[in-house]
Amino acid sequence: MSGGSRPDRADLGAGLFVLGLGGLAMWQTLVIPASPLYAQVGPTLVPALVSAALLVLGALLTVSALRGGWSAGIEEVAEAPPAIPRSLGLLLAGLLANLVLIGPLGFTIAASAQFVLVAAAFGSRAHLRNLGIAVVVSLGAYTLFVKALGVNIGAGLVEGLIFGVPE
Amino acid sequence: MGALDGLALGFGHALTIPNLGWALLGCFLGTAIGVLPGIGPALTIALLLPITFTVSATGAFILFCGIFYGAMYGGSTTSILLNTPGESGSIITALEGAKMARNGRAGPALATSAIGSFVAGTVGTLGLAFLGPVIVEYALQLGPAEYFSLMVLCFVTVSAVLGGSALRGLTSLGFGLLLGLVGIDLQTGQPRLTFGIPELLDGVNVVLVAVALFAVGETLHLAWRHVEGPQEVRPVGKIMMSRSDLRRSFWPWLRGAGLGFPFGVLPAGGSEMPTMLSYYAERKLASPDAQREFGTTGAIEGVAGPEAANNAAAAGVLVPMLTLGLPTSATAAIMLSAFQSYGIQPGPLLFTAQAELVWTLIASLFIANVMLVVLNLPLVGLWARILKIPQPQLYAGILVFATIGTYGISNSVVDLMLLYGIGIVAMFMRRFDFPVAPVVIGMILGPMAEQAMRQALTISQGDWSTFVTRPVSLVILLIAVAALAGPRLYGAWVRRVAAT
Repeated sequence: MSGGSRPDRADLGAGLFVLGLGGLAMWQTLVIPASPLYAQVGPTLVPALVSAALLVLGALLTVSALRGGWSAGIEEVAEAPPAIPRSLGLLLAGLLANLVLIGPLGFTIAASAQFVLVAAAFGSRAHLRNLGIAVVVSLGAYTLFVKALGVNIGAGLVEGLIFGVPE
Repeated sequence: MGALDGLALGFGHALTIPNLGWALLGCFLGTAIGVLPGIGPALTIALLLPITFTVSATGAFILFCGIFYGAMYGGSTTSILLNTPGESGSIITALEGAKMARNGRAGPALATSAIGSFVAGTVGTLGLAFLGPVIVEYALQLGPAEYFSLMVLCFVTVSAVLGGSALRGLTSLGFGLLLGLVGIDLQTGQPRLTFGIPELLDGVNVVLVAVALFAVGETLHLAWRHVEGPQEVRPVGKIMMSRSDLRRSFWPWLRGAGLGFPFGVLPAGGSEMPTMLSYYAERKLASPDAQREFGTTGAIEGVAGPEAANNAAAAGVLVPMLTLGLPTSATAAIMLSAFQSYGIQPGPLLFTAQAELVWTLIASLFIANVMLVVLNLPLVGLWARILKIPQPQLYAGILVFATIGTYGISNSVVDLMLLYGIGIVAMFMRRFDFPVAPVVIGMILGPMAEQAMRQALTISQGDWSTFVTRPVSLVILLIAVAALAGPRLYGAWVRRVAAT
């Protein structure tokens, strides 16, 4: 684990992130209003404990990272294929597209856009075929969830055209 | 109620057409998602949680348990034919199974893992049926203080004992506990950790977190570092076991089952350890001829034993879940939240208050096991075909269903942002080797532990020593400390001995 003495930058980032998370949690714990009700254990005790634990763990992880980190010693991480920024970008674009489109345009369009972008992220180049699959899959899923299970998953343009506008 | 009366009651209810239908659907779905790399039972059950609004509790739990067992069967198929373990429990199966498949012995490997799963699943379920009522007897005498200590033990074992590093495991647990705290404090009505966002007052949804961790995080991680091009699926061949295959598999099945079940029952639930132990045991015990096959052409003992251990451990995990309300795996934690969504209090009272549900469930597990072995042997060609779904469309589909599962809960874009945000965190967790299961367990068990702690302190009128003066509670806490510090002290001791 602490074989090398050079700090591992990536691991340092992870340690600092945990430290930041602990700090964020501690700040939110401190703003919990004092309880008007009497309780043997107030609402702040457990959040304070968990925040403090995260701060300690974050500090320990940071120290570990400064001593060379842990990633280098893990086979799966050390031998992982190189990162593909383009794929990650396309995938994040897919998530964002869904986030932006699901409100105004409804489930089918948002999900189809997401499907095509995610498939592209994994290296598929048959975008038109993917679009076809996407529409079939998402309409099928929509029908299953809304009509069979009664769970509303966001009606919009396409759904309105096919099933009529929901009241 | 004794085990035999219970089973009689259970089979009476389980052998009705609707319940058999749920079991069949669960087995089918479970095998399919077990076969598919990238989706596991925890994610599937999380996505299906909305059915708890429309389906009866018995039906839903039969379905969930069918999925749980089915995924174990399906996972081995992927390990053997693709050499990519579908579930953590089948990593070991891939060692010998994939080698057998490469040498044209995929058929016997698949057969021994299916039959071994059946043997171990049946042994494990019998264990559940007979051990469950006994544990309940004891558990009924436990107070909130003991419960709190049990949960602490559970936290320690799932995060610090299993997995690569106690530090990273505990960090994952802390993240989960934090997520569980978000929302209104039930005892005092104060909003906690909500950042002033009204959508967070109800807390973070379990489904959302499970989907973010298991679907979004996994997909992001794979996209980040995937290998282009289709993977090679080995041909299945004939599903046949020769007489010598059977003879060589028989004892590994039973030994695997015997090893796996206790590991599942202990709060250190998890299938990695028993499958690994079973593998090493079989390797040691195999005949000299068979030992040569280990690591070269693939030894059938190395598939039969771990696969049985895996399924017996899965059945064992249901023991603390149904008798104590303690989930020791991510899937069990999601099932626990399904109990909560029905307003059923999981815990020792379950066996008495919901006797019909519990025993029908156990009976259905036996039925599911029979269905699975029947479903798996002849249909293995179908499962092999599922493996040929190309990665891009598979993961795109998974993300679409993940979005449905989350958006369907509340139709809120805030939830989708949380889903993707936690998904990105999960991706980095994969990259930096932080385990994911403690997050789910901390999130679901955390609020229950806090409640137990407050109850215990109310009973003791604020006296913290209640956790160490009650003998049972003290013993459990000492075990937790030993589990946390033991391996470290042992390591230090070994180093000192080696140094002198």
